[in-house]
Amino acid sequence: MTNATAAIEARGLGKRYGRRWALADCTLSIPAGQVVGLVGPNGAGKTTLISLATGMLAPTTGTVEVLGGAPASGPDQLARVGYVAQDTPTYAGLSVADHLRLGARLNPRWDAALARDRIGQLGLDLKQKAGKLSGGQRAQLALTLALAKQPELLILDEPIASLDPRARREFLQVLMNAVAEQELSVVISSHQVADLERVSDYLIVLVDSRVRVDGTVENLLATHHLLTGPRREAGSLPASLQVITESHTGRQSTFLVRSSEPIVDPAWTAEEVSLEDLVLAYLGHAAGSQNQMLEVN
Amino acid sequence: MIWLTWRQFRPQTITAAIALAATAIVLAATRPGLIASYTHAGLPACHAHCAAIASLFIDGVGSFDHILYFGSIALMYLAPALIGLFWGAPLIAREVETGTHRIAWNQSVTSTRWTLAKLGLVGLAAVATAGLLSLMVTWWASPIDHAASLAGGSVQVAAGGGDGVHSSWYVLDRLEPVVFAARGVAPLGYAAFAFALGVTVGVLLRRTLPAMAVTLVAFAVIQVLVPNLVRPHLVPPAHVTAPLNVQTASFQPAETVGSAVGEIRVTQNFTKPDAWVLSNIIITPSGAGLTVPPQACTFGAAGPDPAGLGDCKSALAAMHLRQYVTYQPASRFWPLQWAETGIYLVLAAGLGWVCVWQVRRRRAP
Amino acid sequence: MIWLAWRQFRTQAITAAVALAVVAIVAAATGPGIASAYTSSGLPGCHTSCATDASNFFVGLNRLDLLLYFGSFLLMYLAPALMGIFWGAPLIAREVETGTHRIAWNQTVTRTRWILVKLALVGLAAVATAGLLSLIVTWWANPISHAALSSGGQVSGFVPRLDPPVFDARGVAPLGYAAFAFALGVTAGVLLRRTLPAMAVTLVAFAVIQVLVPNLVRPHLLPPTHVTEPLNFQHRPIGANVNAATGQLAGLQLAGPVAKPGAWVLSDVIVTPSGAKLPNVTITPSGAELTVPPKACTFGAAGPGPTGPHDCRSVLAAMHLRQSVTWQPASRFWPLQYIETGIYLVLAAGLGWVCAAQLGRRRTA
Repeated sequence: MTNATAAIEARGLGKRYGRRWALADCTLSIPAGQVVGLVGPNGAGKTTLISLATGMLAPTTGTVEVLGGAPASGPDQLARVGYVAQDTPTYAGLSVADHLRLGARLNPRWDAALARDRIGQLGLDLKQKAGKLSGGQRAQLALTLALAKQPELLILDEPIASLDPRARREFLQVLMNAVAEQELSVVISSHQVADLERVSDYLIVLVDSRVRVDGTVENLLATHHLLTGPRREAGSLPASLQVITESHTGRQSTFLVRSSEPIVDPAWTAEEVSLEDLVLAYLGHAAGSQNQMLEVN
Repeated sequence: MIWLTWRQFRPQTITAAIALAATAIVLAATRPGLIASYTHAGLPACHAHCAAIASLFIDGVGSFDHILYFGSIALMYLAPALIGLFWGAPLIAREVETGTHRIAWNQSVTSTRWTLAKLGLVGLAAVATAGLLSLMVTWWASPIDHAASLAGGSVQVAAGGGDGVHSSWYVLDRLEPVVFAARGVAPLGYAAFAFALGVTVGVLLRRTLPAMAVTLVAFAVIQVLVPNLVRPHLVPPAHVTAPLNVQTASFQPAETVGSAVGEIRVTQNFTKPDAWVLSNIIITPSGAGLTVPPQACTFGAAGPDPAGLGDCKSALAAMHLRQYVTYQPASRFWPLQWAETGIYLVLAAGLGWVCVWQVRRRRAP
Repeated sequence: MIWLAWRQFRTQAITAAVALAVVAIVAAATGPGIASAYTSSGLPGCHTSCATDASNFFVGLNRLDLLLYFGSFLLMYLAPALMGIFWGAPLIAREVETGTHRIAWNQTVTRTRWILVKLALVGLAAVATAGLLSLIVTWWANPISHAALSSGGQVSGFVPRLDPPVFDARGVAPLGYAAFAFALGVTAGVLLRRTLPAMAVTLVAFAVIQVLVPNLVRPHLLPPTHVTEPLNFQHRPIGANVNAATGQLAGLQLAGPVAKPGAWVLSDVIVTPSGAKLPNVTITPSGAELTVPPKACTFGAAGPGPTGPHDCRSVLAAMHLRQSVTWQPASRFWPLQYIETGIYLVLAAGLGWVCAAQLGRRRTA
């Protein structure tokens, strides 16, 4: 199931607008055959990375390869990648049936039966103009369009950000079923860690236009610890521990560290960290000298 | 891709079809009357006194047909501009504005193919619409055009009594810029160019309304410049030299602005009603233009002296002046049409290439 | 609210300012030349038979001036339409399309106040732009208008300012058109809620109205003058139009052109004693022409001029024909301008009210 080729391979990838780097120095190897979550706050560069991967933008520096080929380089390459853009755009003037016809005409590997089934399951009216659908229905329509073309890789840019909890759950359900049925690789971005936690195998944390950490969820959870112990400065910790955030009270210090080795020092209480805390920690870490001093009583 | 382009373009196709049908009905309904008075005047196979007969016919054209004549010319000017604005500018700009390009460019067709398909199909529709309109309008106006080529310009109607000679309403020979742009194949070139211009501006600006405004201004400027600067030279014009006959020439006093001295300007008519006169000047035997008038033809603050006109005429006659006319003869109509249409089509193709290139450069996240 | 409306309108305001500046510069550069040509043509002091002076003046206008003159008409026709399309249609439609109305309508201003401020601010800008344009163009073309008046409509291509093509482009009428076109655009945008269709609909609707009003509404804004006079054939020569090819009489001039300088002739018919229109009469610029002359008036190869008791004059006199003319006198120019502008302004206000009411009904989420 796991292909030797990475789903997305980026080397030194960067995109600059004027003087601002929307994405800088991005080197990633996103494995195929997994559901990869791309998480980070708004403005971190998620959409830029995805735009570069789908060929909507050309990079300023570095290279990106998708499934071993250059993004959007030809009909074959395009057929292998499905894309659901932010705010799931649809043609407001075209009906649901028209959208399906669009997919059928423009994609040689279009599975019409699959598309029809999904639309039927969703209960969408074929004659309804897409502009009149609810947000959740539009998102489902966009997802159907992307799935029915039978891609190898599906890229979704914040597809559920503006959906209500129920629509959100339904969308993720449909997505996960499809992953199981069609053996897809998925890259899904969001600024909500909770959404991704449920579905992702692999996580990439993007803060301030740079990749801060990436790895399988297992690995991330295994290598990040919350250390509590007597008051110490961060510098006095062993070098093998990379401090992400720290907070001090009068007599106690709490550190969130990353370490590839298990923590054996008995002076420290090591706890597991939730994904959400992990991401938040990296957010704070990226803020640099503006470290928040969390007062814990 | 063909289906998608058609589906997205459907409302515009219907609008165009209705407009074409309405135009066809109005023109077809009025032409028989025009033809009737055309044949009644004896024009189709005219042997002698054609100018007078043509004048007679033109003079007798009813006021509604008069309005249609100018209205159809206005229509042929507006149609390419409207095509550029409403078909060209939104073609790609609207997709980028609404974000649907993220669907369109992620199907299994490259953005190049997508752009070429849209440009080609809608461009073809633009050219076809303009072509049909031009066909209808040229067909309808053919009697008037023929009469204009015989009589041309201000039509003089010889009235036996009353107050002498009157001028009837203006018709122009089809070589004149105003009419030229509304006949033959030229509108096809304009439509293709305006369309391509609109799409290109839309791709570059990525917003529909500014693209429409810029397309309008750019197209208008080009349509004003081309007939005056480019068209006269598309085919080398013809020249004619004739001696200046002071007895039949026209004399007209002219005051130079800001000067106390005025001069009597002389011009000689060039009577070729179906030609497009580019310049008609008086030259000296050496070939230079007549810039300094003889003393007898100038006057001071007192104004021109009617009695002195004879002296002026004698002075001019002594200078052996000639009239030098640069013009495009009537036979040049179709060569000029094809040349101009060809240029516009090449420009349109060039703009289309720019569009494809810009879309390929992936300028829209 | 005013700041927001201005901030959203800024780009269009700058475009309008630039366009006005260009027009003003061109007018300032060429206007004085025309004015001095007018004063030196002898027209200002001329009281009777000014036709020759007027003709000389017109002939002396160079090509650029002629181009500008006709171009100024185009400008005055297009300006209100363009304002309706680019300022009116997107005003509300664009907000609804892009969803920004959800911001705008949830500030602490009611929808009604929001739209009234937008309508007023941009509407005022439209009226001001049209007013400035009209001022510049009317000032620039003033000499030409006067010359056309003096020539009594006898110089082709230049008609007095009461005639529809000129009336629409002078005085205060363009202000009314601009206000109306703008309001029409906004209303189309509110009703259709999509910018491009609103623009197209506004264009078509405005064009139709601008064609219908001068022909159907304007003649009746003020009661026209109506005169019926018997035609007298005894003491004046009867104009004859001869078909130069056949030598036959093609038409008989029953009456000369309506001799009211600057008047707008609405109808000019020849009636029989029963009150019915005489058939086979065409109104040409030379006057009413009978295209099927009675037998007594025809002649053979010998030429015209039969005499005798049953000659042409007696036959015509026996028909007891009368000429019935309806016209608006030249003095009606400003009253008609004001009335028409008033009507358009009232219509614009009405449309504005429709917009506000439509938005207040809360049908757009």
